[in-house]
Amino acid sequence: MDLDELYREVILDHNQNPRRRGRLADPSASQGLFNPTCGDRITVDLQVRDEKVTDAAFDGHGCSISTASASMLMDSIVGRPVAEARQTARGFIDFITGKSEEPPPGDWNSLAGVRRFASRVKCATLAHNALLQALSEVEAGRTHPNDAS
Amino acid sequence: MITKTIRDQYPVLSRKVNGYRLVYLDSAATALKPQAAIDAERAYYEHYTANVHRSVHTLGEEATGAYEGARDRVRSFLNARERDEIVFTHGATEGLNLVAHGYGGTHLAPGDEIVLTPAEHHSNLVPWQQVAARTGARLRFVELDADGSVGLDAVRAVLSSRTRIVAMFHASNVLGTVNPIAEIAREAHRVGAVMVVDGAQSVPHMPVDVAALDADFLAFSGHKLGGPTGVGVLYGKRELLAETAPLYFGGEMIEQVEREHSTFKEPPERFEGGTPHIAGAIGLGAALSFLSEVGMERIYDHDRELAALAYNRLSQVDGVDIYGPDHARTSLIAFNLKGVHPHDVAQVLDARGIAVRAGHHCCQPLMNWLDVGSTVRASFYLYNEPDDIDALVEGLEHTVRFFHGS
Repeated sequence: MDLDELYREVILDHNQNPRRRGRLADPSASQGLFNPTCGDRITVDLQVRDEKVTDAAFDGHGCSISTASASMLMDSIVGRPVAEARQTARGFIDFITGKSEEPPPGDWNSLAGVRRFASRVKCATLAHNALLQALSEVEAGRTHPNDAS
Repeated sequence: MITKTIRDQYPVLSRKVNGYRLVYLDSAATALKPQAAIDAERAYYEHYTANVHRSVHTLGEEATGAYEGARDRVRSFLNARERDEIVFTHGATEGLNLVAHGYGGTHLAPGDEIVLTPAEHHSNLVPWQQVAARTGARLRFVELDADGSVGLDAVRAVLSSRTRIVAMFHASNVLGTVNPIAEIAREAHRVGAVMVVDGAQSVPHMPVDVAALDADFLAFSGHKLGGPTGVGVLYGKRELLAETAPLYFGGEMIEQVEREHSTFKEPPERFEGGTPHIAGAIGLGAALSFLSEVGMERIYDHDRELAALAYNRLSQVDGVDIYGPDHARTSLIAFNLKGVHPHDVAQVLDARGIAVRAGHHCCQPLMNWLDVGSTVRASFYLYNEPDDIDALVEGLEHTVRFFHGS
């Protein structure tokens, strides 16, 4: 097994210097998720205005794969329409779980190594699942922050 | 220390992982299987496949003899008084559920108390939560000492005339501590409570004598000592098993069945409804024989020496935090590497053929107590050697370089 294939430079960099880590002061939606296999937790906060993600942040603790994946996700959705953010999250989950061969647009191919490690798929997709739930919350017009951290 | 001849008995050890020799440090999750246990299980499938207890033909007699012979082996291994006190289960989880639901569920009343520790494996916690919710009994938790040990005074502090059950691990699957079960059982009996022991991590690694411990129930899994997966044992004192209700109803466990009601066999058959894991029980018996030949005292010393060596070596690695006491520990060590998540540690070690566990080890309340999300755990067994610990230390130094640069 080639470790460098799993831990690409981009991932190590995002893990060392995570972007948009922390909490938003007054999020439109907030979703906490727990990874029961390893005990990791993540919280995704979103600010949504006029069908656009105007701000996003993640917090919690996780491995390098989940941290890098969350960091990349937050970076990629800010300033984007809600529909596009959802597409990114769904597209990535499909790519990592092997349902599709094409990663969504962006840097996501750097996480392709995870596809070979079933035990790490949950780590890579934790933030994406939290984001999808947070977006549903926004859509449903509910704003009950659910903080799992 | 253990010789090469013992390692030769474990076929998996001859394989390579990612180009390296396999360094298996995850025996607390499941142990590797000695050839003798593999052969015994296969012999049942190749030579005398038959159901037990009912078949009059030759194969049936042989299968019943081997299955009941395995029960005799377990009896002598645990020093139980009678063979009828040995129930075959799917594993420690089923054994503990059988006690919780079959005994606790029929004996607990509102206001009764079940005493546990915050360091229980989920298998010795969640069943009691369920039974408490159904019966109105309450859970009481022994306060752990600062280093994670369970002290006798702390146990005494929560025992009362309301205590009906004390359910506790014998050896911790995270901290490597061993609870003084004989003394705790004496205290439990003093207040009229029943002593339930989770022996999943002790039975594989030390001589366990249920008579000397005066345990009322003790559960363990076969796979953690080199037996097949899917089979385990619940030991219960005869008079207590007699008062325990079965979890499963159906074939094998009945005496007489009429249209509207049925009567059940005596223990242990009462608890072994359906066709049991015959091959598994036979394999478990063979694994116990193998361990007895090596000698449980010797295995105990060997595992402790490796754990002590690991403690000393890991203490000298920069950025390693070790959980649990610094003194005598059993067969394992849980730790974290500063700034590197346990999953990443395990992944980098695996690339060098080293198998460790990363996670909460089915002990989320203990993780909260330790204030960590998860840990790395290296666990040792009779086939491990000091070289394995050298490999672990080198692997950890490599991990630090990988994530933080040299």
